[in-house]
Amino acid sequence: MRKILFLLIVLATSFIFIARLYYLQVYASEPYSIYEDNAIGKVYTYPKRGYIYDRNNQLLVSNQPSYDVMIVPGLVNKMDTIEFCNLLKISKDYFINKIERTGKYSKKIPSVFLAHLSKEDYGFLAEKIRKFDGFYIQKRNLRQYNTRIGANVLGYVAEVNRSNIEKDNYYSQGDIIGKQGVELSYEKYLRGEKGIKFIQKDRFNRDIGKFNDGKNDINSIAGNDLTITIDSQLQDYGELLMSNKKGAIVAIEPESGELLALVSAPSYNPNLLVGRERSKNYYELYKDSIYRPLIDKGLLSTFPAGSPFKIIVGLIALNEKIINDKNSIYCDGKYIYGKKKKSMKCHCGGGYRNIYNGISESCNSYFADIYRKTISKENTISENFDNWSTNVKSFGLGNYLNNDLPIGKKGMIPNSDFYDRWYPDFRWGPTTNLSNSIGQGEILVTPIQLANMMAAVANKGFYYTPHIIKKIEGDSIPLRFRIRKDINIEKEYFDVVEVGLAEVMKSGTGKLLNVPGIEICGKSGTAENFTKINGKKTQLTDHSIFVAYAPKKDPKIAIAVFVENGYYGSTWAGRISSLMIEKYIKGFTTLKKTEELVINKNLSEEYIKPYSNKKFTINKL
Amino acid sequence: MIGKRKNFLRLDWVIILVYFLLIGFGIGNILSSSVSGEEINIFDLTTLYGKQILYASFAIFLGFIAISIEVKFYERFSSVFYLISILILISLFFFGKRVNGALSWFPLGNFNLQPSEFVKITVALAVSKFISDFQTDLTKIIDQSKLLLIIVIPILIIISQNDTGSSIVFFSLFFVLYREGISQNYIKSIFGIIIISISTLKFSLLFSSLISILFVTLYYLSKKRVRYKIFKIVSVSILCLITCFGTIFSYENILKNHQRNYIKVWLDLEKDPIKIKKMEKTILYNLNESKKAISSGGLTGKGYLKGTRTMGNFVPAQHSDYIFSTVGEEWGFLGSVFIIILYSLLIIRIIYLSENQKNKFSRVYGYSTASILFIHFFINIGMVLGLTPTIGIPLPFLSYGGSSLIAFTLLLSIFLRLDGNKINEW
Repeated sequence: MRKILFLLIVLATSFIFIARLYYLQVYASEPYSIYEDNAIGKVYTYPKRGYIYDRNNQLLVSNQPSYDVMIVPGLVNKMDTIEFCNLLKISKDYFINKIERTGKYSKKIPSVFLAHLSKEDYGFLAEKIRKFDGFYIQKRNLRQYNTRIGANVLGYVAEVNRSNIEKDNYYSQGDIIGKQGVELSYEKYLRGEKGIKFIQKDRFNRDIGKFNDGKNDINSIAGNDLTITIDSQLQDYGELLMSNKKGAIVAIEPESGELLALVSAPSYNPNLLVGRERSKNYYELYKDSIYRPLIDKGLLSTFPAGSPFKIIVGLIALNEKIINDKNSIYCDGKYIYGKKKKSMKCHCGGGYRNIYNGISESCNSYFADIYRKTISKENTISENFDNWSTNVKSFGLGNYLNNDLPIGKKGMIPNSDFYDRWYPDFRWGPTTNLSNSIGQGEILVTPIQLANMMAAVANKGFYYTPHIIKKIEGDSIPLRFRIRKDINIEKEYFDVVEVGLAEVMKSGTGKLLNVPGIEICGKSGTAENFTKINGKKTQLTDHSIFVAYAPKKDPKIAIAVFVENGYYGSTWAGRISSLMIEKYIKGFTTLKKTEELVINKNLSEEYIKPYSNKKFTINKL
Repeated sequence: MIGKRKNFLRLDWVIILVYFLLIGFGIGNILSSSVSGEEINIFDLTTLYGKQILYASFAIFLGFIAISIEVKFYERFSSVFYLISILILISLFFFGKRVNGALSWFPLGNFNLQPSEFVKITVALAVSKFISDFQTDLTKIIDQSKLLLIIVIPILIIISQNDTGSSIVFFSLFFVLYREGISQNYIKSIFGIIIISISTLKFSLLFSSLISILFVTLYYLSKKRVRYKIFKIVSVSILCLITCFGTIFSYENILKNHQRNYIKVWLDLEKDPIKIKKMEKTILYNLNESKKAISSGGLTGKGYLKGTRTMGNFVPAQHSDYIFSTVGEEWGFLGSVFIIILYSLLIIRIIYLSENQKNKFSRVYGYSTASILFIHFFINIGMVLGLTPTIGIPLPFLSYGGSSLIAFTLLLSIFLRLDGNKINEW
């Protein structure tokens, strides 16, 4: 035994070692992945972000190189700080502060020391920066907005935050992502695909050359270029017309659902949200709580539809055969209803009203009446109301449009459940919510919903989901934008209503809004609205609304204009609508005086009223 | 002498072959672990591999000389060598240089000399001489104590110079003692102490105590024909308990902090995740990196000079203590196993030849050589593989370092001479 023990121990040890090696190297050896090996650094290469063009192929958004000064604190040596600060045009305080902060973050990982050098500064610095150990210049791509229009449509880009990274692990810290508008909706197309370069690293995280001579490197793939449906000239014109006013203009091409213009007022230059000044500018825009330029009014403003809603009330009444185009009532400036004989005012001037002049003079009594009759048919009120509600919703109201814009509001079209909850004894009827008939009451819409409604009326019974994408390079646009959405109302009734709409411009509320050579069909709206001041419900100046489509034969544009607190629909919204229509169809403006009037109109006094803490009057011309 | 008798010398070719294989392989790997893309110039003395080649050449030269010296010389002067080496060790206190906390180096111009490496040789010689001495009787306590003294004195000096790792090497001589007839009880005791200590640390004090007492009881009960069973059961149990408590005591009070940490790492004692994370960055770092390097080698390795973790110097001290990880990364499982087989072959060959020696001195010396080589092999590769605690001792012939290379070469050369000479003995 004595002679053998040592021998056995030696053999046993060797076996144990071999077994352990087997475990480490053969059994548990993970398929070697260069992604897991921390001896190999991965550097991402960023592709060109997709360009954005307007419907006429005008280049709206491209890229520009941006240069950041990066620091690796652990490699910074003694240096001439004064010279450095002069070169970078920074103060000594900034320098000290940054050194401290980046040093605390990490000594080995590069941090941004000074972001967004201009091209000139870069050219000047590129050579000199070599003198300073631990600093280098990193090239990035920033967006370049070659236009001043459409900030709300185009959106902007910024660095990813943690939730972006969690949701999609394509992103790593410092990457760029679209934060609003088209940049957000089509982020996956625009961003392309990052490439990877593999670098051999030592344990101090220093580069010691390419891994495997770059054979494993993956090339980046450029982002897809996009063409959007916007007509920049029209958009630009719309933003000009809306100067010093709050509101929105939404213009759609009826036969395709393409958004020709999506103006939100007030607007701002998209280049404000690029580069070094972005944070500061964003904050300034965000702070403006009266005008709120960052809110896209066309998509998010929710307000009572007003008189334009009468179009739908009329169409449903015709389709349900409640009325025909000959029925009329007499309006004496008010409509009496209910057991308690309440009255609803009407400003149409009085007289016999049928569907045609009911529309053209915007008679409240007429529509209140036919609305009542529609809900009081043979079946129960709830059934009728739900039926009515469904028909209204088929115009795209009361719900999201499910388009490719990243934000939106549903608006509100009530159904019987809603009133059942409000009136627990279930005793409600058309006279309870009579205001719905004239687009007040519980009815709430957004400008894009109104424009879409007009597009459906222009098409005489169907619409296409309003969308912003016209073309994607190398791919097709989502299928749902090419599906026709039909409305369950016979075409002949649209013909009837159209006559009324045309009459609006000839003799009705829009008779001063005609454009030479173009037959417009339109409807004005003056929407009452309220707000809470110090807890009290206070009424403000009515909203000015106008919806239209033109030309009557073979419509090319359907438009909705919404001017907050602009009072009569025809006054401001109507003028803007006509000007926009002329600009789009003819390409130029002949109504110069009107144009001047509109551009110079300033509604800032109206907007300050709720915040002035003084008594104020409303609805003054 | 009248008619000079030609002494025949048959040097064992197996040992020589394995030696050159290991040295060559060692130089190759040091080259790989210290080079990253630069030009390779083997004569460049500023590089590690350049120096290693120089050391190797010098070692081989010295080895030649050692082989040429007569056997009698070694036998006669072994005690002198021993004394000189002890004195040199002591003089480190006055002239020595501290490296990594250990006072183990003599600075000689551009090079450093580590005397503890050479002490291994002199202790081996001294032990061999003592045991082979006619008058030594290993059954007598007094001779056992003298033997212990020979081994323990250098251990104590080296420990007091903060190089505890190196001192552990000398414990390997117990294999020699066992072979030469020391009482079995000693071996059993040592084995028992080791097991109990590990168990106490890994499991609890209570658990170890109970289990060991239980084991002792069963052992003696099961044995027949043992006198004074109860007495033995009690006394041995008490010894076990002393071991348990002693372990805890030394662990907490005698061991230094970093030594405790190494044990914690080896036995996986640390449960606090924050502390574990901290250890990963400090002491676990070497181990993890070297395991990663080995693991990434797969079956056939990444290829010579292609180890990414080797190239990036991810394994600190890779050229010295962790050199085996280079082997693992670049040569894979096949390469690693080959090296292990080489070492096993060397050690087993030495054992085999030792058994065939005709005189005791040569045999004991041979066993000493084998034990010393084995303990280095066991601890170093075990450490790199994560099986033994981190104890910084070199891998013979593969690790970078002049002192270790020369010392091991001499250790081996003396044995070659002793063995080669046996033809002349009868």
